[in-house]
Amino acid sequence: MDGNPSNVAENAIVVRNLQKSFKDVEVLHGIDLTVRRGSILALLGPNGAGKTTTIRILSTLLPPDGGEAYVNGYDVVKQDCDVRASIGLTGQFAAVDGYLTGEENLMMLARLYRLSHADAKRRTRELLEQVDLVDAARRPVKTYSGGMKRRLDLAMSLIAAPPIIFLDEPTTGLDPRSRLSMWAMIKNLANNGATILLTTQYMDEADHLADWIVVIDEGRVIAEGDANTLKSRVGSEHVDLIISRNSNFMLAQQAVDGYQLQASAEERILTIAANDGAVTLKRILQHLEDAEVEVESLTMRRPTLDDVFLFLTGDGANGAHREKEEIER
Amino acid sequence: MTTSEYLLVAPVQPERRSNLYWLISDSWVMSKRSIMHIVRSADQVLSLILFPIMFMLLNRYVLGGAIDTGEVSYANYLLAGILVQTLAFGANYTTINLAVDMKEGIVDRFRSLPMSDGALVIGHIAADMVRNVISGIIIVLIGFAVGFRPNASAIEWLYVIGLSMLFTLAISWLSAILGLVVKSLEAAQWAGFVLIFPLTFISSAFVPTETMPRVLRAFAENQPMTHTINALRSWLVDTPMGDAAWLSAAWSIALIVISIPITSYLFRRYSTTSQ
Repeated sequence: MDGNPSNVAENAIVVRNLQKSFKDVEVLHGIDLTVRRGSILALLGPNGAGKTTTIRILSTLLPPDGGEAYVNGYDVVKQDCDVRASIGLTGQFAAVDGYLTGEENLMMLARLYRLSHADAKRRTRELLEQVDLVDAARRPVKTYSGGMKRRLDLAMSLIAAPPIIFLDEPTTGLDPRSRLSMWAMIKNLANNGATILLTTQYMDEADHLADWIVVIDEGRVIAEGDANTLKSRVGSEHVDLIISRNSNFMLAQQAVDGYQLQASAEERILTIAANDGAVTLKRILQHLEDAEVEVESLTMRRPTLDDVFLFLTGDGANGAHREKEEIER
Repeated sequence: MTTSEYLLVAPVQPERRSNLYWLISDSWVMSKRSIMHIVRSADQVLSLILFPIMFMLLNRYVLGGAIDTGEVSYANYLLAGILVQTLAFGANYTTINLAVDMKEGIVDRFRSLPMSDGALVIGHIAADMVRNVISGIIIVLIGFAVGFRPNASAIEWLYVIGLSMLFTLAISWLSAILGLVVKSLEAAQWAGFVLIFPLTFISSAFVPTETMPRVLRAFAENQPMTHTINALRSWLVDTPMGDAAWLSAAWSIALIVISIPITSYLFRRYSTTSQ
């Protein structure tokens, strides 16, 4: 049947050619996404890439201008009430009520999710335990730390045990420890069968959590795959070269033109793809010697998702634009 | 952190009830929230108590001596005016609190729930009613202390309470529109002032309208605050009633009937224009 995703049982979220503009600015240029049930998909992109807009459309907060989106098998436009009953949303800013206590916040949400009083009480107790807020349950939320607010926020979106959870930048602004505990909670949710769509600007977060990563930039999907596949696209080995003197940096860049991935003039670092390892390395060093550029240090490493990201979005890399065009074709 | 099971808990099922039941239930939940805000926020409690006292004392003792209200003493004349002014200013909290909710993430949370659309606004308006009942009681008490001597019967007191509540409801719905329209918290604060201040001064709140220039007087005598003030005053201290009570009730009901659809339209539109 056209229009309706055929395999609702398998896919929790199906998005086809999603488009959205605000006034004259086109924010989404046709996004396609499929999220398998029980998996974690990370929408990875810089600020303004369209991540939040996508989440807002999927959680029925915004109507799309074009394309189709199904959440739990329901059309986000025509069956918005059913969609809302299937999802939990944790937005970018903690959506908690500062004057109420943690317990009151959860009870309020439970009642608005239309649970019976008994169920509401039980879920509130369970969730306070699950997000480690039992001790703070009776304190007004405005006295909570940033990490505690986020955990409460997450708990609030889990009240009705929704099968699908949207997390918009769940760890932005958190300290490293709160971040780790948030990661553990997200993993735990997925292990227990929830489907999670999260957005992030942090590659390590996508790397750590996601089964599938979709990289978006300027409202387009520019790459997708699991973390390993994406990393292998920029080569299996990277070499970071630190050039001895600032004045030589331009010279060095010219010398390794064909191999260069990223360049940082301030730090005098050139990152180079060395797919066939030592052979490439030897050649590069030869080029640099010919150009009479001295190398201060040299490190070989596996590419990180940061490299992938910078490479794909074209920030600083020569090859990136070529790559991007290739993908669009 | 415990690793308790997320989906292995006993499944939670939403209760099945009618839409009207949910509108009332959701509105009750949101009202409890907004009323809790009054109790937990020191500045709301302070302004609730200080504003009526301040206005009452300033008008009674600074201006009162120079104003001729004929046979009615100024304390008796003033009370209805201060009461209606305070009710109107109190409704500004609906504007402010709604604006705050709209600016913060919490409105997205509410909108992503399967809850009734009007509940958030109704909650703030219910809190307004509570605030205004408290303010009203304080005004009457302080009024007694400065010479207010009503001769209203029990029935007349009930009319006073009823019409005051109806008026509060009307102003609160109007304020809800403002709260959904303004772009910032600052705007929410002064928007109420710009609207309410002239309305209370160009009315029979503090001075008889007879001395005003012709155009002002025409406005003052035909606007809803004057009707409300005159009706309350008539019940409390036996000034002439005329059609004031009916006109006030008609104005309030008209404002409510017009404001409700506008509010729900704005509430839905909000989502489609914000990123």
